[in-house]
Amino acid sequence: MGRLFAVEIVYRGIFQKTLAKHISRAIVLAAHREGKPGISFGRYGDSPERNGIPAKAFAIVATDDITLEEGMAKYEPKEVDVSINLDDTMCKGVESWAWYGLQPINKLVKPNGTLIVTSREEPEKLIDMCHRKETPYKLAIVKGIPSFSGLWVFKDDHTDVRVLGAIARVLPELFSIESLKQMILDDGENPLKATSAQRSYDRLQTVTVKPNQGNPEKPYEFELLKWTEMRDGISIPSIAQGHTMTDPVTGKTGGFQPERNATFKKFSTRTMRPVVNFDTCIKCTLCWLQCPDSCFDVTPEGLYDANMASCCGCGVCEAVCPVPNCVTMVNEIGFSDNDSQWEMWRKDKEGYGTWLKDKIESHPVRSHGFRYRGQYEEQVPEALAAAEGD
Amino acid sequence: MTPTAVAESPKGTEQTALITGSEAIAVACKLADVDVITGYPIRPYDTVIQYIAQLISNGEMDCEYIVAEGEHSQFEVVKHASTVGARVFCGSSGVGWMYAFECLTVTPALRVPMVVMVGNRALDDPGAFGVEHNDALAVRDLGWQLVWVDSAQEALDTALIAYRVAEDRRIFLPCAISCDGAFLTHSQALVKIPAQEKVNAFLPRYDRGDLLLHPDNPITVAPQANEDWLMEIRRQTAAAMDRSMGVIREAYKDYERIIGRGYGNPFFEEYMTDDADVVLVGMGTLSTPCKVAIRKMRQEGKKVGLVRVRWFRPFAAEELAQCLSRFKAVGVIDRDFSLGSPYSSGVLATEVRAALYASAKRPPLVGFICGLGGREVLVPDVEKITGIVYDAAAGKPQPLTHWIGVRE
Repeated sequence: MGRLFAVEIVYRGIFQKTLAKHISRAIVLAAHREGKPGISFGRYGDSPERNGIPAKAFAIVATDDITLEEGMAKYEPKEVDVSINLDDTMCKGVESWAWYGLQPINKLVKPNGTLIVTSREEPEKLIDMCHRKETPYKLAIVKGIPSFSGLWVFKDDHTDVRVLGAIARVLPELFSIESLKQMILDDGENPLKATSAQRSYDRLQTVTVKPNQGNPEKPYEFELLKWTEMRDGISIPSIAQGHTMTDPVTGKTGGFQPERNATFKKFSTRTMRPVVNFDTCIKCTLCWLQCPDSCFDVTPEGLYDANMASCCGCGVCEAVCPVPNCVTMVNEIGFSDNDSQWEMWRKDKEGYGTWLKDKIESHPVRSHGFRYRGQYEEQVPEALAAAEGD
Repeated sequence: MTPTAVAESPKGTEQTALITGSEAIAVACKLADVDVITGYPIRPYDTVIQYIAQLISNGEMDCEYIVAEGEHSQFEVVKHASTVGARVFCGSSGVGWMYAFECLTVTPALRVPMVVMVGNRALDDPGAFGVEHNDALAVRDLGWQLVWVDSAQEALDTALIAYRVAEDRRIFLPCAISCDGAFLTHSQALVKIPAQEKVNAFLPRYDRGDLLLHPDNPITVAPQANEDWLMEIRRQTAAAMDRSMGVIREAYKDYERIIGRGYGNPFFEEYMTDDADVVLVGMGTLSTPCKVAIRKMRQEGKKVGLVRVRWFRPFAAEELAQCLSRFKAVGVIDRDFSLGSPYSSGVLATEVRAALYASAKRPPLVGFICGLGGREVLVPDVEKITGIVYDAAAGKPQPLTHWIGVRE
C-alpha cells in the first residue's frame, strides 16, 4: 500500500463553486506532475446548490493507482489530511443539503491534520468559533477576505493559488511549491499567480489547536429514521403555524412568531446577518413582506425581529428598508449566538444601542459578491493588495 | 374496513346490460361513486370516458369530470385529488399512457390509490392503435398493481375489486386494469350489473386517514429527499406491494360473498389443466381462441390446458411455479415484446421463466410472440403453438422464442 491523500474544500454554495472546483482540480494536477494519480469531485448531495448553503469539493490523490482505488471505494472520504474552509464564518460549523444537523468544520481533519481558512481574523478568534475536537490539529490562515463571486462566476483574485501555496507548505508530500508554480506557469496563467502562490507559501503561519480549545457546544444532530418508523406516502408533519410573542419586560403578549423548521436550522447558511435599529424603525412592514425566508417575527408592539433560526443572511431586508441605517447587514463573524435582538433591546435600550454601534463598526463589510454593481472591480485590486502586502 | 354482510339474496336487484368492457368499467365507476374523473381522448381508452360523460349527462352519475389538456395533466389532476380524499378514476392507452409517465412513476411512492383503465394499444408509430400489452407493462417495476381481464363482466367486477384493494390502508398503491383494445374495449357483451346496495356493502368509503391533505391535518407531501431517505421510501413501497397479494385474496372472497360472483384463484385462471400434459400461459382476451383451440385439440386427444394470468403485479410467482411445475412443457404467449431480453422473449415469458427458476421441477418453457398491433390470434395459431410446446415436452431442441402469425 502506498500513501493516500485526501483534501476537502468547504465552500459557500454557488458563490464559491467555481473557486472550489479550481482548487480541487489544481490539487490533482499539481500532484500529477509528481507522478501521483488522483481524482477531483464535488459532493453530489450538495447539488443543486443553493446560495450560500455550505457545500464540499474533494481531491483524492495517491502514490499509486491501487492505493487511489482504496480512496475511491467510498464516495466521500471519512477523514482528510487537509480541510480548506473558503469562508471563515463556516468555522461555526456547516449544515449542508447533504446531511442533517450541524457538522463541525474540523470534523474530517485527521489527528495532526490541517485546517486552512481564508480569513482576516486572528487564530484565537477562529479557534473559538470551531467546535472542540478530541485530537489536536493545526490551523493555518490564508490572510484575506473570503473570495465570493456571483452565480457560476470566477473572481480571479488569486485566492485559488494562495490556498494551493498553503497546501504545498503544510503537506509537501502531496505536491511541492515548485510543482505548483510550474503548473501555474505551464497553464499560461498570469505569472503573478505563481508569485502569489510562493508568497502564501512563505508567509503561512500555523498554530496547533489542542483538544481543550474551541467551542464546547455539542453540534445539533438528528437521527435518521428506519423505514418502519417513517410516515409513509413521502409525507412529513408540517411546521405548526406559530404563536404570539411575549415582551420580556412587560409580559405583554401579541404579534406573531411563526414556528421554525426543526430539522434545518440555516445557522450556517449566513455570511452576514441583519441588525435592526428598533428606535428608528417606522414599522413599514417591508422587511417582513420581502424576506424570502419569512424570518421576521412580529413583536407585540409591531416591530420586526429577524429570527436567526430562519435568516439566510441574503440582505434583502437591508435593501428594501426605507429608513437610513435601520437595517444593517453585519459580518456573521461578529456573533457567537443566535439570540433575539428585540429581546436584548427591550431589556436594555441603551446597552443595545452600544452593542449595535459596535457590531456595525468593528467588523469588515461582507457580501455574497453581488451587493452592488461594480463591487467585483473594486474587490479584486483590494484582494490583490492584501496578497501583496503583509 | 370490513364490509357489512348482506342478508338478502345476492341476486337482489342485479340487472343485465349489453355493454363493452370499457362501458363496464364506466358502470363500475358509477357504482363506486367515484368523485373525480379526468379524461383526455386516445383510442381505445376513450370509450370509457365517452360512456362516463353519457352517464353524467343522463343524470345517472355525479362526479367532477375534468377534461385535461393532455395525459400528463390528466394523471396529475387525479393524483392530487386523491391526496385530498377523492376517489378517482383515470386512464389512457399506448403512447398517451407514456406521455403521463412522469406522473405514473411517482404515484406509487406517494401512496395514491388511483384506479385506472389502460385500453391496451400499440406504442405507435405509425398511428397503430391495435392491442399490445407493452403500454401497461412499462410500469411493471414501479409499484403499480397491474391486472388483465378477458371479458366485460370481469372488467366490471375487477374495477370494483381494484378500488377495494388500492384504497385499503395497508396498500394505498395505484392499480391499472388492462383491457385489450378492440376485443374488449369495442365489443359489447351481456354484463350483470350488481345492485348498488351490495356494492356499497362491499366497497367502504375511501379514507385517507393520516395521509389526508387537509387544513386540519397539516402535512407536507413529497418534500425534497436525498440519499438519506429514498431507499427507505422504496422499502416502504415494496412492503405495501408485498401486502397486496393477501388483500387481493380477501377482496375476491368478499366480492363473492357479497356480490355473489366468484373467480376462484384471483391471480390466474386455470382452464382444463387437471389432466393436461402441456399448458399455454397468456393474459387478456387471447384466452378465447386458446380455449376454443384447446377444446378442438382435446377432441383430437391432445391434453392441453390454459393458465390465464390476471394479476401481473403483484406476480403470484410461487403459486404459479407450483402450478406450472406439474406439466411436461409450458408455452407462454406474449402479446408484447421485450427486445434484447433473455432469449429475446416477451415480458410474460421472462417473468414466468424467472418464477420457475426457484422451483425444484422446471418444465421446458417456450415463448411465443403473437397478436401484436391488434393482429388476431386465431385457433390455427394456437394449434401451431401447441405443436411446438409438445415438441419441447418431447425434448426436441428448438429456439426458446417463436414469432407466430408474422408473414415470412
